[in-house]
Amino acid sequence: MGAGVGVMAARPDTYSPAAVIELEEVSLGWRDKVAVRDLSGCFEKGSLTAVVGPNGAGKSTLLRGIMGLVSPLAGRIRVTGESDGTPAFMPQQGGFDRSFPVSTRDFVAMGAWRRVGPWRAFSSAERQRLDEAMQAVGLGDFGRRPLSTLSGGQLQRALFARLMLHDADTYMLDEPFSAVDRATTEDLMDLVLEWNRCNKTVVVVLHDLELVRRCFPQTLLLAGQCVAWGSTDEVLTPENLHLARHLCAGDYL
Amino acid sequence: MNSIELLYLPFVEFGFMRRALVGAVALALAAGPLGVFLILRRMSLMGDAMAHAILPGVAVGFLTAGLSLTAMTIGGMITGVIVALLAAAVARLTPQREDASFAAFYLVSLGVGVLLISLRGSNMELLHVLFGTVLGMSDAALLLVAATSSITLLVLALIFRPLVLECMDPLFLRSESRMGPVVHVVFLLLLVMTLVAGFQVLGTLMVVGIMMLPAAAARFWAVTAIGQMALAALVGAFASFSGLLLSYYANLPASPAIILAAGIVYFLSVTFGRQGGLWQVAKQARARSLRLSRIPERN
Repeated sequence: MGAGVGVMAARPDTYSPAAVIELEEVSLGWRDKVAVRDLSGCFEKGSLTAVVGPNGAGKSTLLRGIMGLVSPLAGRIRVTGESDGTPAFMPQQGGFDRSFPVSTRDFVAMGAWRRVGPWRAFSSAERQRLDEAMQAVGLGDFGRRPLSTLSGGQLQRALFARLMLHDADTYMLDEPFSAVDRATTEDLMDLVLEWNRCNKTVVVVLHDLELVRRCFPQTLLLAGQCVAWGSTDEVLTPENLHLARHLCAGDYL
Repeated sequence: MNSIELLYLPFVEFGFMRRALVGAVALALAAGPLGVFLILRRMSLMGDAMAHAILPGVAVGFLTAGLSLTAMTIGGMITGVIVALLAAAVARLTPQREDASFAAFYLVSLGVGVLLISLRGSNMELLHVLFGTVLGMSDAALLLVAATSSITLLVLALIFRPLVLECMDPLFLRSESRMGPVVHVVFLLLLVMTLVAGFQVLGTLMVVGIMMLPAAAARFWAVTAIGQMALAALVGAFASFSGLLLSYYANLPASPAIILAAGIVYFLSVTFGRQGGLWQVAKQARARSLRLSRIPERN
């Protein structure tokens, strides 16, 4: 911790008291390929940020790095939080087994893991919270349905309900709307906005720029490195987008 | 003598039948739930591989101490754990996939094991190790099987929640806690333990049958994992009972008869099971084609 304070004191310009996730010259990658180079900045408490960029820009890797699933090759990532520092994370393609014999309600209940752990029983308060989450995503009547019978959209709703049960201060979602229809996207986006109104920090990887412009105040444009990071209007300019495409294309030429 | 008496008289009259029943049922109660998890984790072949992997250890135990329960049990545990770890390491460090590396290891183990036993033992003793001695179980063997099954079921209950998570969504468990790898290793240990205890009953070749067949059959009836586990244990116990009766009346070797009984339950489940059994699938297909053929009539 002492070293961290020293770094912050040395660089007062990047220090922000409200920062929930701070990145200092972070490089992330897999084996010999660097996916994100030299990224610095912070996600502030209660902010709503979209992470956009071409395929292979390192968006998923950044989220995994913040979650601690990938160790940074260089630099440091600091995650702070009030109750429990770890953000709630929804990976892109959940590696989960859709055919697993479990009811939808039990699947969603997994989200309470941080409070119930491997052995504690579900208290009545916990059950109520579970019911509320199922209602909120519109799966109130689906509790007893086996997971394998859910459609793609319903499954995504179940994943959102599971995420809500984390009750975390920070949410990280990796392309949560890539496989769902318009109506489901609208419903789930309303939920994200609702979390943000409750002063939760939300980071979402997205491809739908129209949705980003409409709903997200902050945007981080990635292309193997930070192209622009700030308010959405200033970031999503034609020049920046062109530069991002160019940077990522260069990687493969 | 009426037909009901036929069902229990052999067990009343003969002590060895009672012991066989107790041993086989105790084994089945723990093996079934483990088998359900093996199937859910798509590691069905792994049970087979592990069962063969314990053979060299059993053989070394046999070479050093003859048909001694302790020596063979300890030997089996050791090689079982070593092969499990080695195969996992090869899968992790080389491009070889886990199922292939397990297959390679177990074939080698089987060869080494049979070779070692033949060095000293007779064919009779080899048959004992491969096919078990369910009709001649000693007190010590019975205690070992009962204790192992009890421990397995207790530990399984203890790690149930993380184990289900590890099977269903390993990435989620990884982001939530560090229990994943621990749970995986504990599960492998339970597997080796049950197989080693089980080879006393059904032999190293047959013990996997009482693990996988009831679990595979239960999948066609129960919707939840817990339901499948309970049903698998029941099916295993029933197969033990009916297999022993079959072997008594038809004068057949006992452990293949038990596996055969489990196999019959499995094939009945595949055919008539309510969760995707053939009969149900055919009925649904017929109903669908009937619905489709009616559409033009309406127009």
